[in-house]
Amino acid sequence: MSTLVNFKIDGVDCLAEAGIYLVEAAAENGIYIPTLCNIQGVKPRGACRICTVMVNGRPMTACTTPVTMGMEIQNDTPEINDIRKAIIEVLFVEGNHFCPSCEKSGCCELQALAYRFRVMVPRFPFLFPRREVDASNPKIIKDHNRCILCKRCIRAIKTEDGKNIFAYKKRGIELEIIIDPELGGKITDELAQKSVDICPVGALLPREKAYQVPIGRRKYDIEPIGIEDEKK
Amino acid sequence: MSKKIVATTSLAGCFGCHMSLLDIDEKILDLIELVEFNKSPIDDIKVFTKQCDIGLIEGGCCNSENIHVLKDFRKHCNILVSVGECAIMGGLPALRNGIPIKECLDEAYLNGPSVRHNHKGIIPNDDELPMLLDRVYPCHEIVKIDYYLPGCPPRAELIWNALVALVTGDELKLPYEVVKFD
Repeated sequence: MSTLVNFKIDGVDCLAEAGIYLVEAAAENGIYIPTLCNIQGVKPRGACRICTVMVNGRPMTACTTPVTMGMEIQNDTPEINDIRKAIIEVLFVEGNHFCPSCEKSGCCELQALAYRFRVMVPRFPFLFPRREVDASNPKIIKDHNRCILCKRCIRAIKTEDGKNIFAYKKRGIELEIIIDPELGGKITDELAQKSVDICPVGALLPREKAYQVPIGRRKYDIEPIGIEDEKK
Repeated sequence: MSKKIVATTSLAGCFGCHMSLLDIDEKILDLIELVEFNKSPIDDIKVFTKQCDIGLIEGGCCNSENIHVLKDFRKHCNILVSVGECAIMGGLPALRNGIPIKECLDEAYLNGPSVRHNHKGIIPNDDELPMLLDRVYPCHEIVKIDYYLPGCPPRAELIWNALVALVTGDELKLPYEVVKFD
């Protein structure tokens, strides 16, 4: 039998199963901790730092930190939200995020976070790096301009025998996602769809399926990201 | 109270943001009660005739003329607002950023698939033409910008709410649905 633990988020008493990650524990208590690289059911990586919270006065990533008895967590404070906003702004200036011409617009998690945190303009200068679009795969178009290197596709997409289809190539500022030419060429329709769905931005796109949902009815047109957690 | 004076311009933009301003529909009658337009494509006044309270900038800076106009707006407007994605981050014209200017010009005038009649291989370079910049610049990287209204175009309601807030001094209403990047 699992043990329940008491903890506090922004002074609110919460209750959750011991050992589950803070992001999930918060959601169970109707509190949204924003995430970007995290995906439910896959080992967390703590890469994007959007989910940073203060745990007993120290900054921790809520997607990788298990909840323990008596934790005092700060989540929705002006200081933490400004750090999160800065991270979102960095991601926007570091790549080429042309929302008006992106098929993922309206369903993009990076954009949705920018909406939620009211990013009107990034505080950092735009880099406008030169990046390529790779359309060599028969089912997935890969646009490096929009990739935020969250590693979701690498972590979540595996063949039936557990092999990686996606991987990192190069290092530092040149780091990019590659698709294994052999395994990627044979990727099933289901797995290709899953890769596209799991990509938080418009870096992985399906062929011949763009703009299927009209403006006004897309995922984040009316309601902000995280509202599902807050409605619990 | 005398009317606030508004100036508007489209730099490297498509006039979509101006169209969105007109999308306030019948509220445009309230708008002309609220403000007076000076230099703007809306009334076709070409040069500033007085100091303005609010300047609305559509589009980023892709050539020397854009820079000139933007600096002129900064000089003549007490408050400058970047309206739309192009003014804020360069927008679609900035798709060329990262590609060397020579490559862009060669593609447009020499090698592009739609180039037909340029047998002499001329790239326009007349003194009368504004010089292209090395890349497209967001307005706030050229002059100080006071406020930003994102969207492509910004929703009419957002432009309206912002103008009313600036004129009346009331707090800006920002419902979730009006702040969008597309």
